[in-house]
Amino acid sequence: MGSPSIVSSITFNFAGTQTLSAQLLLGAEADVFAAADSEHMKQLEVAGLTEGQSRVFAHNILEIAVPRGNPKGIHDLRDLARPGLVVVLADPSVPAGKYAKQALDRAGVKVQAASLETQVTGVLSKVAIGEADAGIVYRSDIVNNRSVDGVVIPEAENVIADYTIVVLKSAKNRAGAHAFIDLVVSGAGATVLLATGFRAA
Amino acid sequence: MRRVPAPLIALAGLGLLFFLLPLAGLILRAPWDQAAAGITAPETATALELSLFCSLAATAIALVLGIPLALVLSRMTGKPRKVLRALTTLPMVLPPVVGGVALWLAFGRRGLVGSLLYQAFGLQITFTTAAAVMAETFVAMPFLVIAVEGGIRSLDPRYEEAARALGAGGWMVFARVTLPLLRPAIFSGAVLCWARALGEFGATITFAGNFPGRTQTVPVAVYVALETRPDAAIVLSLILLAVSLAILVGMRDRWLGAL
Amino acid sequence: MSLKARVKIIRAGFELDVLLDVDDGETVAVLGPNGAGKTTLLRALAGLASMDGRVELDGEVLEDSAQGLYVPTERRQIGLVFQDHVLFPHLTVLDNVAFGLQAQGRGDARQVARRWLERAGLENKAGSMPRELSGGQAQRVALLRTLATEPKLLLLDEPLSALDVTIRAEVRRELSRQLASFRGVRLLVTHDPVEAIALADRLVVLENGRIVQSGTPEEVTARPRSRFVADLAGVNLLRGKSHGDHIKLANGASIAAPDAGEGDVFAVIHPRAVALFLVRPDGTPRNVWQGETESIDLHGERVRVRVSGPVPLVAEVTPSAVRALHLTAGAPVWVAVKATEVSVYPA
Repeated sequence: MGSPSIVSSITFNFAGTQTLSAQLLLGAEADVFAAADSEHMKQLEVAGLTEGQSRVFAHNILEIAVPRGNPKGIHDLRDLARPGLVVVLADPSVPAGKYAKQALDRAGVKVQAASLETQVTGVLSKVAIGEADAGIVYRSDIVNNRSVDGVVIPEAENVIADYTIVVLKSAKNRAGAHAFIDLVVSGAGATVLLATGFRAA
Repeated sequence: MRRVPAPLIALAGLGLLFFLLPLAGLILRAPWDQAAAGITAPETATALELSLFCSLAATAIALVLGIPLALVLSRMTGKPRKVLRALTTLPMVLPPVVGGVALWLAFGRRGLVGSLLYQAFGLQITFTTAAAVMAETFVAMPFLVIAVEGGIRSLDPRYEEAARALGAGGWMVFARVTLPLLRPAIFSGAVLCWARALGEFGATITFAGNFPGRTQTVPVAVYVALETRPDAAIVLSLILLAVSLAILVGMRDRWLGAL
Repeated sequence: MSLKARVKIIRAGFELDVLLDVDDGETVAVLGPNGAGKTTLLRALAGLASMDGRVELDGEVLEDSAQGLYVPTERRQIGLVFQDHVLFPHLTVLDNVAFGLQAQGRGDARQVARRWLERAGLENKAGSMPRELSGGQAQRVALLRTLATEPKLLLLDEPLSALDVTIRAEVRRELSRQLASFRGVRLLVTHDPVEAIALADRLVVLENGRIVQSGTPEEVTARPRSRFVADLAGVNLLRGKSHGDHIKLANGASIAAPDAGEGDVFAVIHPRAVALFLVRPDGTPRNVWQGETESIDLHGERVRVRVSGPVPLVAEVTPSAVRALHLTAGAPVWVAVKATEVSVYPA
């Protein structure tokens, strides 16, 4: 794996994909960028901010988050249309929200969302604290989260998100950037990703 | 200008620049060609209407609850007063998101009061327009309370004494002497309160969420739009700026006094 | 109708203990230097200051601390006139005068108020705002506002002090008229002896929270019992123990005075009776002391010379006398007073 002398410390900047890409488009600088979809990655490529080819390093699928014990007895997407149910989704401008809308539209389910959160974590927290009866998030959000339970969405109705990663033109530590990406797509990286609920690329 | 030492003028200039540059950036970088489309877009109108409704509602609530609160505060003395004062001004120093979380904990479905409401009436406050109004009231009311309390303390107590000596009871003194004399303080407090409510974001998005037409006030709309449609976000920001400026400038001369 | 009040107030650095009896037939002025407690007394009677004691007006007990009884200000049927009118700035003159009547629930409040203004010749100001009035007009309106409610007790806090000296006389005359026709108990407080003497039938002198003297203006100034009144009357006031033909002061000095009696006494010496000498005089005056010139003040055609010494006195002499004696501050001087010029009365 990458030698310690190249990468001595890694600084992470976590935020919604759309937030990070907006920041980068407005001139923010970084070495590596990872996105939860390919559309935002494409935006950056078109803007000429990326170097080399972006790679898919993981997949994620959607899952319904419900409070512990699934008090409202949600079993599938159609249950989300139940009248009186408080459902929270991510805003369509967020990849997770876009995917959720896709899945719901394909299944022909009309959901009256109580709120369109600007970050997937917002959906999760609303469900976790009991304000929402259900929400659509990524499986990776649910897997290691003890405060919510998950209701599986069958693959046929699900949307698979492609997680992409790329070195940025503004990178100051190119060697380190490449080394990090290599780690992420390696077997060791896949193990970590799997453990946190992602699917390998 | 009466002799102001040059270093102070320089610092003042820096301060002014610090305020003006972001505004200038907003105005100069605005996509004016898209502005017309942005202004007439239905989402814009919806967000603006909602913002105006919620901020005015919040101000109304602040007036009804805040003026009596200011009166009570001004009549208290010693430790109880210090404590109550600190509590009522806490929302001013609390990060708005923390305020939103606190509102959850009190009025959310599993909150102190919210749980009772939910169990008894099936009422959920979160994600409603009422929640947005509550969030705005929470952060903005302290401005009104402080302004009015200041006004009361600067009132000559002899006016009330004269009124009482003439036979006026508590309510008549309040309605016909105290309140009219407080008009300038109430007005400037209300304007501050309204402005703060209009710009409120953190508590709103945390407690009320985001949904167009219901809880998506202009600041929230700007935030959502910023990532995907920055131009629309800028146009929205400009509209809010223009509305706020128009009202502040229109009010300034005549009634603001202390502001 | 009468006011019977016993007012005791003890605060840090201040004590007030007063027994007051006022009938509706007389205007009483409480006179005293600033800080004596006059305004506090007035506010206590109005129910605006906490006090110990008892206040009874027209047979009704307004306050009795022993029984925990307290009638709030608005139910006391009193009238309070402040030094600087305190008219409600946001109401017109008419609304100001009508205020108390409206508090009484009278439907004809504004008509009655207008009649009061007409009687005082101020009806043309009915629609004006208080800030448009002159000081004198404002004070007159304040008085009308109070009189309109026909209170049982009229309390006036230095009603003329804030007015310009030039208009004071005019307002005083009107006040005097209004007071004369007022049918309740009248009590005013002031530090201005002219105001007191001009308006009051009876003077009550308040010093350091205690009543030191009471009587008609003439009685009080003829026999001052306090420095304040003495200064007011322009006389020298001394206090000591008399032993037949002389009075011994606290510092041991002795003043010869015929028929001094026995006991605690006040001695009054008019400045005109004090003669000044450069050397010790030989002659009939029994009272001769040496002192030091403290100050020399010209009062019209007279000069008042303040002399310190065993018996501190103010002498009134002519300017030429001052020149002849080469009197200057700090210069030693001899003072002489005829024993017959010392008037003595019990303290």
